[in-house]
Amino acid sequence: MKKLKNIYFDYQATTPVDPRVLKKMMPYFGEIYGNPHSRNHSFGWEAEEGVEVAREHVAKIINANPKEIIFTSGATESNNLALKGVSEFYGDKKNHIITCVTEHKCVLESCRHLAGKGFEVTYLPVQSNGLISLDELKKSITDKTLIVSIMGVHNEIGVIQPLEEIGNICRSNNIFFHTDCAQAIGKIPLDVDKMNIDLMSISGHKIYAPKGVGALYIRRKPRVRISSMISGGGQERGMRSGTLSPALCVGLGEACNIYTNEMEKENRTLTKYKEMMLEGIRKSCPDVYLNGSEEARVPGNLNLSFAYVEGESLMMGIKDLAVSSGSACTSASLEPSYVLKALGVEEELAHTSLRIGFGRFTTENEIKYATDVIVKEVKRLRELSPLWEMAQEGVDISKIKWAHH
Amino acid sequence: MAYSKELLDHYENPKNVGSMDKESEQVGTGLVGAPACGDVMKLQIKVNNKGVIEDAKFKTFGCGSAIASSSLITEWVKGKNLDEAHSIKNTEIANHLALPPVKIHCSILAEDAIKAAIDDYKKKNRKNT
Ligand SMILES: Cc1ncc(COP(=O)(O)O)c(C=O)c1O
Repeated sequence: MKKLKNIYFDYQATTPVDPRVLKKMMPYFGEIYGNPHSRNHSFGWEAEEGVEVAREHVAKIINANPKEIIFTSGATESNNLALKGVSEFYGDKKNHIITCVTEHKCVLESCRHLAGKGFEVTYLPVQSNGLISLDELKKSITDKTLIVSIMGVHNEIGVIQPLEEIGNICRSNNIFFHTDCAQAIGKIPLDVDKMNIDLMSISGHKIYAPKGVGALYIRRKPRVRISSMISGGGQERGMRSGTLSPALCVGLGEACNIYTNEMEKENRTLTKYKEMMLEGIRKSCPDVYLNGSEEARVPGNLNLSFAYVEGESLMMGIKDLAVSSGSACTSASLEPSYVLKALGVEEELAHTSLRIGFGRFTTENEIKYATDVIVKEVKRLRELSPLWEMAQEGVDISKIKWAHH
Repeated sequence: MAYSKELLDHYENPKNVGSMDKESEQVGTGLVGAPACGDVMKLQIKVNNKGVIEDAKFKTFGCGSAIASSSLITEWVKGKNLDEAHSIKNTEIANHLALPPVKIHCSILAEDAIKAAIDDYKKKNRKNT
């Protein structure tokens, strides 16, 4: 097969901007330059019109009312605003937050911040498939529980949490339900009413819109109140001051609009690709494990452990494929990922993990090429691996007394 | 991370990959590191009756720097006597491969591995005399 150069397999880190999205945005960098909050002239109205159409598109994909959407700089800000905003507003009545150990750092750090302000935080564990246990959730609820925050689709392992069931539990206990859906928009059907979601965080750059824009859904019936984090001119219904960037808002809106029409088709293609790659790898390499539930997952994320092959050396061997390492050995810390650890993946397997992410612009040819390259490199590195040799000789590696350093 | 040409060459075309009979009197085996830490090196030397390392083989589970460090040290020890091999310093390996600071531990592991292989060989042969 022809050698391909530099193929992008990191769609969970970020996505390229869809050319259709960029096209809609362009006028707002040029001729439509008004301040969308200027009420007195057509320059402002025109910019506002773009923003409001975008708001409708964002609302539509989650079955919300446009009045329930505010624009932000991204999911990090939305998660901060949801958790801190609700906690500050209702904190004198209820002071308990429930979240999960595998949440994104911006949720965990927001909770840690709130713990420092006197809130109680429960971090639910996950099962080995990466999903929370609904029984555990029910058991952690107290009459002080204010909000539950559980993400929709996981950035590292791609698993889909049971949002509807969590929403039901929250609603029947009078608890707000916030969900970080940065990785879920356009990947799974979302309906804030059916799922009883009260707050939802959205990010532009995970769905083929630019970086630096996102949204927060905040339910109006029954009403959820939040304290704002940014003081200023009172834009976005007083919840998020600052002049909006119409170009970025329009980009996010168009990205949602495209997904409203194309999600099913895209999912079918990605499912085909996922099966091709997974089967291709498994057919030629034994001892490859998929991290996270095999059923409850989005198709564009394969987080795999290649037993006996260290992840960073594998990344070096497949350097034309831009993937992400689950072993985190590439960063200054030599600790394997906290997410894989939470799943109970042993450290030695965590060191062999890669996240392969594909999406809208991935081609079948790229999938085939990548599968071939990965298989070839895994086989080569296993020939180099003393652990593989021991496993083939029937030595139980876990029984060896290793000198930990 | 930008790696040196030497390092990439040892990673892509590692020298002396393989295993020798670890039961043989002539062979010393060093196994160092731990899977949970992300690197394990197995280094073997074959010593002739003049006390010179005739052959060396390795297998390594670890990052590219670990693989390159072990490949390089197997090249270096061949033709050396045990004392000379024992005195190889990790800094020489790190310098030769231009290891970045976070990868210095790979060269330390290679030094540990050769020392462990020499110890193993000596232990085996002490018993017989
Ligand atoms: C699940 C999840 N939440 C939040 C974020 C942060 O989003 P943003 O980059 O838009 O701030 C990301 C992306 O890094 C994510 O994957």
